[in-house]
Amino acid sequence: MGEFSAEPGLSEPAMHLRAEAIGHRYDDLTVLENVDLDVGEGEFLAVIGPSGCGKSTLLGIMGGILAPTSGRVLVGGTAPPRSLNPLTYIFQDFALLPWRTAAGNVAFALEHHALSTAERDARVADALVRTGLTEFADALPKQLSGGMRQRVGIARALAVNPAVLLMDEPLSALDAQTRELLMEDFLALWLDQRVTVVYVTHNLAEALRLADRICVLSRRPGRIKDIVPVPIPQHERAGPAAQMDLAAIGERLWAMIRAEAQTAEREVLHDARP
Amino acid sequence: MTHGREATGAAAAPRTTDTHIVPFRGGGFAPAPRLIYSWLTFAGIIALWQFVSSVGAVDPLFLPSPLRIAEALRQLAVTGELWRHLSASLTRIALGWTIGTVLGLSLGIAIGLFSLARAVGIPMVAALYPVPKIALLPLLILWLGIGEASKVATIAAGVFFPTVIATFGGVDAVPRNLIRMAQSFNVPTGRIVRRVILPAALPSILSGFRISVSTSLLLLVAAEMIGAQYGLGAFLLMAGNLMQTDQLMAGVVILSILGLLVGTVLSLLERSLLAWR
Repeated sequence: MGEFSAEPGLSEPAMHLRAEAIGHRYDDLTVLENVDLDVGEGEFLAVIGPSGCGKSTLLGIMGGILAPTSGRVLVGGTAPPRSLNPLTYIFQDFALLPWRTAAGNVAFALEHHALSTAERDARVADALVRTGLTEFADALPKQLSGGMRQRVGIARALAVNPAVLLMDEPLSALDAQTRELLMEDFLALWLDQRVTVVYVTHNLAEALRLADRICVLSRRPGRIKDIVPVPIPQHERAGPAAQMDLAAIGERLWAMIRAEAQTAEREVLHDARP
Repeated sequence: MTHGREATGAAAAPRTTDTHIVPFRGGGFAPAPRLIYSWLTFAGIIALWQFVSSVGAVDPLFLPSPLRIAEALRQLAVTGELWRHLSASLTRIALGWTIGTVLGLSLGIAIGLFSLARAVGIPMVAALYPVPKIALLPLLILWLGIGEASKVATIAAGVFFPTVIATFGGVDAVPRNLIRMAQSFNVPTGRIVRRVILPAALPSILSGFRISVSTSLLLLVAAEMIGAQYGLGAFLLMAGNLMQTDQLMAGVVILSILGLLVGTVLSLLERSLLAWR
């Protein structure tokens, strides 16, 4: 990625993603059907939908770790100058190596690159500082709380200077308070350095707090039901002035999701019946 | 009507008692180590055994006293006979276990990673694993001669199968998400095997070692009983044939110590390598 260079004074280099006619089937189960999705440079896009609608599958396909049955994903734009892994994942279950310390887990993303030890250590240290983990650098995952573990997952992603962050329900495994705290910290990180984000969640509040646009997927087989912009700057959304507008958007989204989720719920019950 | 209402009222009336402390009722079912009892039991049995022997209640030919066994052990050590047998046995078991383990790990990893190895390996392992490996000794003697090679090969065969099964079981159980994570960072395949799959499979591989070590002790003694001049199995058989029960029991004690030592080494290994669990 060394050939990319940032012009000083210009805005941060960024990348965009484009999913074209994505379809996906597991055996005879159609999970995704004809999904077209554009994610702009530096955009924060949330993908929301009822459980089992194929959100995570779509993210896996967009990140190149799942092969779609049909369609393709295009990526374009400029990666940040020191990016080692332009498309970088953050996992719901953190996906930490339990035998490595926090610092070791961050270093894992760097070790196969030709970096000097000094640069590698610097990247690890920097990522740990940005996620508030410096004093936990030598802790094993089992010694860390869920929130701290996900911070390690975020630090590992930051260490490779990503252009696009693909986040698969990153807060779903955490309790409500931890979720809130981590969401604030993550938002601060993103406002500081606006990489492109695709953020899959089933939590409407997270999407409303973080996203520039919210893509609603229908129940299985997942299709795009609507894409709703949230025209309020992220740093204003916690304030009282934004609450009315956010509530209106939220209500509109909830009306869409509610019907899908109800039907999906009944279908799940139906599938489970012997 | 009135009567009925009274009855209902009585049934619904809360039971009142004096205020008292809620008694604790959640204890138990958590065995804690009580080392003192472990040693006491051990010492007690030996003391009882010695007592029964000393008063002449059992024929020393059938069951020699602990002191006589200790004396036999001392004699064996002094005359150097112990080392001759022990070194022969340890050489065989070290060779056999290492060969079986290296081959078993290789096939186990291959089965865990590659479809072809899986298709070929699993039915083969399933067919051969249940065969008691000592049954192969006559065939191996035919192939390799009565010398060391056939004994080592028997042990290696006995070690090979449990190692294969433990290894591919461990590889299969590696969380898919860890592999996917490594792939999402473009970690090369060989590195994923070494840095993700093998460490994650290590707990299963180490518990496979426990099985393969005890299998190898079993096969060692059996193979040495069938055709060997030196070795613990040969020594035990000889002592039995000559009705030297004190020698025989000394041999059993050595086998027990050997098993305990290996078990301790494995526990230490687990504690240091798997401290992350």
